[in-house]
Amino acid sequence: MSRLPVKKTYKLYIGGSFPRSESGRTYEAEGQNVARASRKDVRDAVRVAGAAQPNWAAMTAYNRGQVLYRVAEMLEARTREFAELTGDEAEVHAAVDRFVWYAGWADKLAQVLGSANPVAGPYFNFTVPEPTGVVGVLVPDEPALLGLVSRLAPVLVGGNAAVVVASESRPLAAIELAEVLATSDVPGGVVNLLTGFRSELAPVLAAHMDVNALDVTGADGDVPELERLAADNVKRIVRGSVDVQSPWEIAGFLELKTVWHPMGL
Amino acid sequence: MAELEQRGDRTPAPAKWEYASAPESREIVNLQERYGLFVGGEFIEPRSGEYYRTLDPSSEEPLAEIPQAGAEDVALAVRTARDAFEDGWSAAAPAERAKYLYRIARILQERSREFAVLESLNGGKPIRESRDVDLPLAAAHFFYYAGWADKLEYAFPHRRPKSLGVAGQIIPWNFPLLMLAWKIAPALAAGNTVVLKPAETTPLSALLFCDVLRQAELPPGVVNIITGDGATGAALVKSDVDKIAFTGSTEVGKAIQRELAGTGKKLTLELGGKAANIIFDDCALDQAVEGIVNGIYFNQGHVCCAGSRLLVQESIYEPLIEKLKRRLTTLRVGDPLDKNTDVGAINSRQQLEKIEELVAAGKEEGAEIYQPPCRLPEKGYWFIPTVFTNVAQSYRIAQEEIFGPVLSVLTFRTPDEAIEKANNTPYGLSAGVWTEKGSRILWMAQRLEAGVIWANTYNRFDPASPFGGYKESGFGREGGRHGLEPYLDFDGAEAFGG
Repeated sequence: MSRLPVKKTYKLYIGGSFPRSESGRTYEAEGQNVARASRKDVRDAVRVAGAAQPNWAAMTAYNRGQVLYRVAEMLEARTREFAELTGDEAEVHAAVDRFVWYAGWADKLAQVLGSANPVAGPYFNFTVPEPTGVVGVLVPDEPALLGLVSRLAPVLVGGNAAVVVASESRPLAAIELAEVLATSDVPGGVVNLLTGFRSELAPVLAAHMDVNALDVTGADGDVPELERLAADNVKRIVRGSVDVQSPWEIAGFLELKTVWHPMGL
Repeated sequence: MAELEQRGDRTPAPAKWEYASAPESREIVNLQERYGLFVGGEFIEPRSGEYYRTLDPSSEEPLAEIPQAGAEDVALAVRTARDAFEDGWSAAAPAERAKYLYRIARILQERSREFAVLESLNGGKPIRESRDVDLPLAAAHFFYYAGWADKLEYAFPHRRPKSLGVAGQIIPWNFPLLMLAWKIAPALAAGNTVVLKPAETTPLSALLFCDVLRQAELPPGVVNIITGDGATGAALVKSDVDKIAFTGSTEVGKAIQRELAGTGKKLTLELGGKAANIIFDDCALDQAVEGIVNGIYFNQGHVCCAGSRLLVQESIYEPLIEKLKRRLTTLRVGDPLDKNTDVGAINSRQQLEKIEELVAAGKEEGAEIYQPPCRLPEKGYWFIPTVFTNVAQSYRIAQEEIFGPVLSVLTFRTPDEAIEKANNTPYGLSAGVWTEKGSRILWMAQRLEAGVIWANTYNRFDPASPFGGYKESGFGREGGRHGLEPYLDFDGAEAFGG
């Protein structure tokens, strides 16, 4: 008798752990039972993201860059699993390279996006980019892995924490990526991945008062309604690109802080 | 001031300061009885047929009749701006665009006294301030952005910046001409055309600005000014513009964001604030007292970034409050056109009522109120500069934007506590830090959730310095290279870095 393989249970990723949905619900996607997160799971994820974000942002940029590079290393090591999931090894390579590309931005953002401003007065006036805080990310369905990485990496490199609603029809790449993140020195809570029904989860994320920005790139259904909900706390709305790498994709999740520092004897 | 110092810190200032009045002449301003909407380079009668009166808030004297633009007027202005964009402005050489802006800057400098008097007349702000702050900064803003008009590719390398089309802009009544400059200068530098709505209570400087445009020979339709109340603004938001830039209350900002949801239109919001002005025990105390006064009583506190929550380190609480109260007795409240006036008139009856309501709430909730002895003019809208002590963080006067000359004082012991209290607000526009220690300034600046941090100064502005909020104070920046971005489209991003 041939050996019976051990099958994986696909769960959520919240605060560095892999819980089932508190609702106990699952749904079937890509031939697997997948956790179907609830509104409460969203709220839990936002809470731990908010707690984890300040420490992530307080890391040195060099350190944050290395952690993201480590994600690329771990992703590369799992190329085979991801290629089986996505059916496209080239997509996996592109996703690895994308993480490497964004990792390199961590300690360059301030130089490219910031400025020293020549004001008329005895002040050293400068502008620096800072993370906006907790970002809700609605992941596009295609490409399953590269779309997810393209939206997530720019959020992270700037020092934000993310609450990600995975693709409803192609969620396995997200769960698989959670396992990569869990072994990559990304602090628990900085990335939280939820699987389930977008129509159920996205409005909760959009309306949550402790979420600072919403990436609607992968949203479907009533996107105007999501944006209306997001206005309750003046969320930053990002409509990005599914398969692009650019520092301006990062900039959508950043605030600009300007400091007037006095000069004198 | 030197005389005061000699008396020692504990002697109260004399109850009465005598100053001869030094009024600025109104003669330089020529008001029309009735104005039109400025559309396509000329003043036209509103199709709505409706007018309202604009006042001098210091006397309630009516100054002129102003059109109340209706939806049809708004649509016409937007169509005119669209035509102007397509019929030449978008194709004009950037260097030529720059020269128009330089012209505007120069004319504003030339006519600054006239504008300053008008600004004080219609808005109630002291002439000293409109003369020394609003006008120089407005001209500087045009001069600064003029230089960007033909250098956009250097501002955004590899992004192929291009203009958006028509920008709809809605501005507040606290700095009427300066906010106009903040809006129009970057919009034109980026190659857009404009429909701007000044605030309902302060339309006159924007209408005089149309004459500057005439003198600068700006092509007709490139800038259109439509007047009216909130309904006019709402019509502009719903109109066929490519971008909305709004400065005003957080409540209206949220309504605009909801209205534009799903449209993909560009939006920038510069909204309310409840800024912490943080005073450490090692600060230069007298300098800090001046900064506190400038932070909250400048422009009658009608400043979105006003330092309305004073956070004082406990160890210097008593001497600081004593000095502050004494300084308040020397503030001169009165005729905005008097060159000695420090605090002018409240901008409108509506705003006065809002201030009075929140001050009553402060008393009700248990805060201790201090107001210096002060004789207010009989007519007009006035409010005595006010300090609340014994304020808890939960009080409305510590949470809500008052937008008036009212300071709420809280205390802290450690820098961490100061940060926690300063950030305990849905707003995040600005903050102030007073200390002689440079490293502490930067430590604080790093942790304050605010778009602008002033150290050992307050309410300072510069066209090169980006301004805008975190959290519910809005998004997008005005000023500096960053202030251009909201007025541009970028189609080059995808070709880059792939």
